[in-house]
Amino acid sequence: MISAIRPKLELLSQEFIKKIVDESYILLERQGIFVENTQAIELFKEAGMKVDESTHRVFITRQLVEDALSSTPSTFQLFSRNGEKVYTIGNDEVHFDPGSAAVTILDHKTQEQRKAETKDVIDFVRISDLMTNIHLQSTGLISSDVPDIISDSYRLYLALLYSEKPIVTGTFRVEGFKPMKDMLVAVRGSEDALSDKPLAIFDACPSPPLKWSNLTTQSLIDSARAGIPSELISMGMTGATSPVTIAGTLVQHVAENFCGIVICQLANKGAPVVFGGSPSSFDMRKGTTPMGAIETMMIDSAYSQIAKHLGLPSHAYMGLSDAKIIDGQAGLETGIGAVLAALSGINVISGPGMLNFESCQSLEKLVVDNEICGMAYRLIAGITQRDDPIALDLFQNFTAETQFLTMPHTRSWYREEHIFPKVIDRDTYDYWISLGKKSISERASEEVEKLLSDNPPDVVDQAVQEDLHSIMLSDAKNYGLSALPEKGLP
Amino acid sequence: MTDKDLFARMAQSIIDGNKDDAQALAKEAIDVQMNLNEVIESGYVPGVQKVGQLWEEGEYFLPELITSAECMKAAMAVLKPELQKSQIETPTLGRIVIGTIEGDIHDIGKNLVASMLSANGFEVIDLGADVKIETFLEKADEVDADLICLSALLTTTMLGQKRLIEQLEKRGLADRFVVMVGGAPVNQKWADDIGADGYAENAMTAVRAAKMLVNK
Repeated sequence: MISAIRPKLELLSQEFIKKIVDESYILLERQGIFVENTQAIELFKEAGMKVDESTHRVFITRQLVEDALSSTPSTFQLFSRNGEKVYTIGNDEVHFDPGSAAVTILDHKTQEQRKAETKDVIDFVRISDLMTNIHLQSTGLISSDVPDIISDSYRLYLALLYSEKPIVTGTFRVEGFKPMKDMLVAVRGSEDALSDKPLAIFDACPSPPLKWSNLTTQSLIDSARAGIPSELISMGMTGATSPVTIAGTLVQHVAENFCGIVICQLANKGAPVVFGGSPSSFDMRKGTTPMGAIETMMIDSAYSQIAKHLGLPSHAYMGLSDAKIIDGQAGLETGIGAVLAALSGINVISGPGMLNFESCQSLEKLVVDNEICGMAYRLIAGITQRDDPIALDLFQNFTAETQFLTMPHTRSWYREEHIFPKVIDRDTYDYWISLGKKSISERASEEVEKLLSDNPPDVVDQAVQEDLHSIMLSDAKNYGLSALPEKGLP
Repeated sequence: MTDKDLFARMAQSIIDGNKDDAQALAKEAIDVQMNLNEVIESGYVPGVQKVGQLWEEGEYFLPELITSAECMKAAMAVLKPELQKSQIETPTLGRIVIGTIEGDIHDIGKNLVASMLSANGFEVIDLGADVKIETFLEKADEVDADLICLSALLTTTMLGQKRLIEQLEKRGLADRFVVMVGGAPVNQKWADDIGADGYAENAMTAVRAAKMLVNK
């Protein structure tokens, strides 16, 4: 039997990759990079790097980067909340997670984007949990009914309460790390157990060009030491905060990621790190950062190819749209992005549900995007030889009346070879009219309602629930909140 | 060369985004002792206006727009000391203190706004990024600003805009400064909610809004 080839998208030649990576090394060595965190500066000095203390500029040698690359695992595993399901991050494994971290939700009833509250975040977590083609959970929506300062830990709190899937998250403040780690430890039972079976990835974003802020650097150090994988989110905007050429932006992107990897490895050799990002093509007319632009996707695909070349797990923001409602643009940008990301073999793909330049989440879009992700998975599964001979046997005793519908062969393979969407329209025109001429957004909205009413929330065990609640409450109390919003605890 | 030719070349230097020309022409104007206010008004400003028009027509994009704004700033940097020397008041639409609020080190959007305001005749004091609320207040007081412009990219730092306005009210300074807010997560509703005087969603509308606010 001939097995399927994995269809692959590769935008760069080996020669081009080498040239880009070489320039990134030179950039870090000659120009240096800003690291605004004293602990990290100390680590760099201990490693013998030249540091300009007054400007927080660190000059990183090629050797140190190469050492860090060789001690960074090429794959690592995430585990579900109950510790049973395993997700490998690395190789050509592809996992989608909802785009993060939206500040608004698209309200289906009004078609307006509004601030999200606890209930919205819970619905978001529950729907994401139910989406079979969205493997990972993300803290993709910010709740506005708690003070902004604790919005990082609060979103993780709700995700842990209501979802079985591993979580892509991150801190918004240096102090946010402790309660967030404590909650993860509460689920696992001990710090060692968390380190053995990571439950979450922490995102950390350098500030382009070539700067790691205090907050994000601290997150790298703290995560590395707690055995929590870090995901590096470099985000140059072509011609605004990074060179306008795609290759030029790649040089900066790789250099920023290199620095993040070195910090993680200096903090804890062998710490898992994902080479990721959220760069974008900068729209020179609108001054915006379109995530649905083809050039944005090209940058993503190219740096993930570089990550693979270096033997690192990869991540990108793809499979999302800049549309404001669920319209044609939302579908086409998400579809192109998800397919290209899967073809690029990106390990963690953050995007589903997201609209409006990474600022808005939509439950309906999550449901639609789940189907897009399903199509992407089907595509990369490729074409397999199922029988030998492939088809000749099926044509034995072939007559004019031969049809395939009732053949046992059909029945045994149709569910393997084909996927069946729920909200994508495949009805005849008349039947579609008889159903009320509904758009995909309307069908998805009905599906959201149905999913929420048919599936009881997947709530964590009572004992863990109480631990999580007390950690969250004590974090909230530090900022003057005496109780959590009522619906926070089931 | 007639004054008219020189003015046309000044305007062209702005339109082309040619900083060297813009500065050389400013020096030439000083050398031949031209009326410098007229140089600004009839030479450079028409260039800025033309750039604005090309932008509106969809001909110019941000790189042209901002490069021209930077050229205008460069020309003004040559002219200003001369104007001061001869104690001529530099014509200005108003004085603006601008910055990205504490906790936020993103400043690309703010830089665009600052450049455009400056090119369009405002005196702009740019405090940079990650600016403490107290620094905004001190600087605005020190330079007797007309406007305070606050940028924020993050939803967490957006709150700093609110805190600054609260501080102004607390200190009885709310009437003294006009406050304009902007940044990715900011919208008109937020501006209204926190009691900001103005809001702009991009650099061009910021210029329009600022002009309107100082004329109020």
